[in-house]
Amino acid sequence: MKFDKKDILGMKDLSVEEINLILETAESFLEISTREIKKVPTLRGKTIINLFYEASTRTRTSFEIAGKRLSADTINISASTSSVVKGETLIDTARNLEAMHPDIIVIRHSAAGAPHLLASLVKQSIINAGDGAHEHPTQALLDMMTIKEKKGRLKGLKIAIVGDIAHSRVARSNIYGLTKMGAEVLLAGPATMLPRDIDQMGVKVFNKIEDAIDGADVVMMLRIQLEREKQNIFPSLREYAQRYCLNRKNIALAKKDVIVMHPGPLNRGVEISPDIADDPSYSVILDQVNNGVAVRMALLYLLGGGHE
Amino acid sequence: MNLVLKGARVIDPSQKIDAPMNILIKDGKIAELGDNTDKAKRDNGSEQTKTIDVKNMIVTPGLIDMHVHLREPGFEYKETIASGCAAAVAGGFTSIACMPNTKPVNDNRSITEFIRRKAAEANLANVHPIGAISMGSEGKILTEFWDMKDAGIVALSDDGRPLMDAALMRRALEYAHSLGLPIIQHCEDTNLSAGGLMHEGYYSTILGLRGIPPLAEEAMIARDILIAEYTDTKLHIAHVSTAGAVRLIREAKKRRIKITAETAPHYFTLTDESLQGYDTNRKVNPPLRSSADVAAIKEGLADGTIDAIACDHAPHARTDKEVEFEYAANGISGLETSLALSLALVHEGVLAWCELIEKMSINPARILSLSKGTLVPGADADITVIDPQVEWKVTVKDFRSHGKNSPFDGRALQGRAVLTIVGGEIKYCAPSFKL
Repeated sequence: MKFDKKDILGMKDLSVEEINLILETAESFLEISTREIKKVPTLRGKTIINLFYEASTRTRTSFEIAGKRLSADTINISASTSSVVKGETLIDTARNLEAMHPDIIVIRHSAAGAPHLLASLVKQSIINAGDGAHEHPTQALLDMMTIKEKKGRLKGLKIAIVGDIAHSRVARSNIYGLTKMGAEVLLAGPATMLPRDIDQMGVKVFNKIEDAIDGADVVMMLRIQLEREKQNIFPSLREYAQRYCLNRKNIALAKKDVIVMHPGPLNRGVEISPDIADDPSYSVILDQVNNGVAVRMALLYLLGGGHE
Repeated sequence: MNLVLKGARVIDPSQKIDAPMNILIKDGKIAELGDNTDKAKRDNGSEQTKTIDVKNMIVTPGLIDMHVHLREPGFEYKETIASGCAAAVAGGFTSIACMPNTKPVNDNRSITEFIRRKAAEANLANVHPIGAISMGSEGKILTEFWDMKDAGIVALSDDGRPLMDAALMRRALEYAHSLGLPIIQHCEDTNLSAGGLMHEGYYSTILGLRGIPPLAEEAMIARDILIAEYTDTKLHIAHVSTAGAVRLIREAKKRRIKITAETAPHYFTLTDESLQGYDTNRKVNPPLRSSADVAAIKEGLADGTIDAIACDHAPHARTDKEVEFEYAANGISGLETSLALSLALVHEGVLAWCELIEKMSINPARILSLSKGTLVPGADADITVIDPQVEWKVTVKDFRSHGKNSPFDGRALQGRAVLTIVGGEIKYCAPSFKL
């Protein structure tokens, strides 16, 4: 199959065939990271710019490593060190970067739709590394790769996503991706964390964590942004942890072979109890990170023309 | 010079006229309606009379847009009074009322006088300033209503910065009522809408943009209806956008509360679904709503709940719009598309011709107590000649307005103003129209 997307802006835009191709490509790249010399020459001479307008350790590092393992030149720009602080607009930044002839621009931005604006302006391929509360497609792809790795499939699985859905780009991208691949997605959170008409995305919605994780094959816990407490999205961390923390007791409701995922960084004892997060019989959190590099390598490879 | 408009279908809802007739214009006033071309020739004497053939056209009282932003003083890079007036006459509007959110805010007589002077220099459309309710539109201290009225304001509003303080709203309504000035409220509970970027619903959810619930508009309308009822004062609701708002206003009118309302063409033309793609030219406040809301707005127009169509002309510079959706300014440059978009309501059978013209002329004139919106002999000769058939394509680069921010760029529309006459003088003639 030929991959002819210019940009990866969201899971909404990807077909089942494209998702399968990305996941298969990623699986074939896993082995490179286990070699003694973790480098292939595939994207030698290509330039990748990581344009991060929002703090990120995991995702930025993952993209940088992915580019380097494919021998691309990767450059990181973060909002604090670039001309952004001088008040340059995204459009001007984009045109300046474009003039330096990169091949791929990876962007993270706090404003939903910023990657779309960038993609409309420049001829380079754009990868969305997270835009506001909109999408985070590479996270969803690495999550799907991890589920497939552990369960052998996606179709027919019961997957619970628990937490602040309203502010979560991870949730939206996973909902698009997982429902497309035939999984059943169940959401749980207090009503203040469930955005309006979310059920129209083809998911089941619950207020109690127990109802969502009952019989689940996969439980995906979302990070609670601690500053949301001040916005009265929930009364207190204490109450949230009492009602929504994944722990030994409620996880017994899920299937015996349930896997537990988290996009990180963890709030231990808030949305996930430490003994679950650290229990290798449940937690696949570090597999997610490992697969993240492979998924990003796959996307850089497919967009960078490495497969042609 | 006198003018005779010959052979048109004249629609003047103020006199319940919808018939073919000629119009004689003398000394800047409507002199006579009827078969008067011969009389014009007879009376000619030394004066010159020009006859304009307007066969197949529709002639109406000059259109009035009671809700525009002219940006001057303070934001001349977005629009000036002169460019806004040029846009108005090109759109068929002979009179416009401009909102006070300039810099400085129109909260005192000297700003009002400045606006009026600039409008007189432009010498295109009649400009009626709207004064701020509170100093700096900060919602704290009332402005000098009397003094600004003397200087020429026709209404009061803190548009865009609604009066959240119910007690201040009550005082403003009472005080304004005693001197016959209407209060125009942009209804939005800013606690409920805080941080919102688009209509709250399925599309805000999938786009990851913070929603503005219809509730934010409706809660304040409900409150203000209660205040207007209690104080027995006049209240005008700006840019109605939700089904719930239409219902509240309809019920209030049934109870004989003195309330009037307007909506803008984008609220009966576009929905929130069209925001996929993050087009900042579709970012507007109140936001584009759901298709159910659009249907309700049309019902409200058809049954008379909504009295007026006003485009909320909000010109912006490219720099205000060519940014991330979250940071983009709200508003649509609307004066040059308003009539054609509204004519679609006639084509769809939502409104009859006379009902449409009513909502774009005599009704806004009555709300603002202007002696306009009529072709009755003796009235100022403010006239719009409309070609109802012509098909044209919106091209923002040809806008007279400095604001090119329109989501309708490239859209095919039917009908437009071809001749705009203000005070008996031709202020706009479409390139296609032969005088």
